[in-house]
Amino acid sequence: MSPIMKATTDNGLLLPVHDQDGAPFWEFAARGELRVQACAACGRLRFPPRPCCPHCRSFASDWRSMSGRGRIWSYVVPHPPLLPGYAAQAPYNAVVVELVEDPRIRLVGNVVTAPDAPLNSLDPARLRIGAAVRVCFHTMAEDTTVPRWMLERP
Amino acid sequence: MASLKDATAIVGIGQTAFAKRLDDPEKTLACRAVLAALDDAGIDPSEVDAFASYTMEETDEVEIAKAIGAGDVTFFSKVGYGGGGSCATVVHLAAAIATGQATVGVAWRSRKRGSGKRPWTDVQVQLPTPAQWTRPFGLLRPADEIGMLTRRYMHEYGVTRDHLFNVALACRNRANQNPAAMMYERPLTREMYMTARWISEPLCLYDNCLETDGALACVVVSADRARDCRHPPVYVHSVAQALPAQHHGMVNYWTDDPLTGPAWTAARQLWKTADFTPEDIDVAQIYDAFTSLIPLSLEGYGFCGRGEGGAFTTGGALEIGGRLPLNTSGGGLSEAYVHGFNLINEGVRQLRGTSTAQVPNAATCLVTAGEGVPTSALLLRS
Repeated sequence: MSPIMKATTDNGLLLPVHDQDGAPFWEFAARGELRVQACAACGRLRFPPRPCCPHCRSFASDWRSMSGRGRIWSYVVPHPPLLPGYAAQAPYNAVVVELVEDPRIRLVGNVVTAPDAPLNSLDPARLRIGAAVRVCFHTMAEDTTVPRWMLERP
Repeated sequence: MASLKDATAIVGIGQTAFAKRLDDPEKTLACRAVLAALDDAGIDPSEVDAFASYTMEETDEVEIAKAIGAGDVTFFSKVGYGGGGSCATVVHLAAAIATGQATVGVAWRSRKRGSGKRPWTDVQVQLPTPAQWTRPFGLLRPADEIGMLTRRYMHEYGVTRDHLFNVALACRNRANQNPAAMMYERPLTREMYMTARWISEPLCLYDNCLETDGALACVVVSADRARDCRHPPVYVHSVAQALPAQHHGMVNYWTDDPLTGPAWTAARQLWKTADFTPEDIDVAQIYDAFTSLIPLSLEGYGFCGRGEGGAFTTGGALEIGGRLPLNTSGGGLSEAYVHGFNLINEGVRQLRGTSTAQVPNAATCLVTAGEGVPTSALLLRS
């Protein structure tokens, strides 16, 4: 984490404010890898990351590589009033994606038509709960990359 | 084991006007509501020795105590998680009074959310957990966060927009009977609802609570003391706070079953220590920041089975004369949104028989705090 973090991108989108538990997720994302925290003792995945395993209470963890495949668990289409950077792209979608490795591991994101496409690049009518998606990575700002999602059947 | 059952009672309620903008600052509004509640109880402010409010309350107990002229205060408490803390303020006072830590407790909430800023617009102060996992993706507002659960709920159980409209309509109909309600003279029709602008699909304007300036307070004393007060006591029969296992707050997308929220945990505790069951509840004040929280809560608190909350709302069930008259002052959707404190005061009015939409002979009332966050609830009886 850099000592002085910007709150937003140049066009007003919020950058993730990392904490120590979450920092590895974002470091792997910056390398184009989707990884989820796993207990080094009992092997269970957990998200969001936290200091110890809620199942076996071990403090040892590692970050397991995910296939990047998932399904839409739910979605919303926000309309204004919103922060200006988001209002400029509204209506857009925000989704929860459940990962194929463990459907209880769910990530919030956006479904887009290309990694660097706008938040509103996909027609919301294309969204369905259960639709298969695959991860891609978008650089929001220097040092900040976020996972995004594209439909498996565009 | 000592029990809180009927050990304390709410003996005074007070509130300011509700409006999009009030001129008084929050501190002044808080003092007005607190003094009104004490006057309603017939208790001198110098007798107050306990305070409880929300962590989001910006006027602290020091300011209230010195302004109203309270005596020596021996218990004070603040509860977190926004509207999830409403009923817990009464819970904490009841526990303190029943165990001899204090004798006269005041709970309050004052908020200028109508004319003040929306909390989600703050881009500088973000909690790293869980905001880092949600806000960059434009999941910014409570409406977006609860909209996500609502879409899933509709998908899994066939809940429809008509079901959500039933909730909005019941609250609006009660507000139309309540001159203090912000929506007193503003009827709602199905056409208005179905053609309203979206806030976060699947939630439209009328699925969202109001934005209100206003303050409310209530007074809690022991059951013995309550019999000497100005109005008939409204007993605190059963209480609960609830933080379910692995719950994550408003963005509760990471449990095995995100559609069973804190209501389920609160309900287990509430009914375990109560002398009656959901079938015995005459009237309910259920936290309604969003319409979908009502069917979810109806399931959680045991008024119907899992997935049946939408169907429960049909046939006028939530109206006066229906199976479960709901939010009889108009609730957060149509009376005022002051983090649910108006639901407590309306519960008291129903059991005194003084509501503007009185349920005949109401003797039992459920009051709940914010669902979808760590919550709290009260069973009140006359």
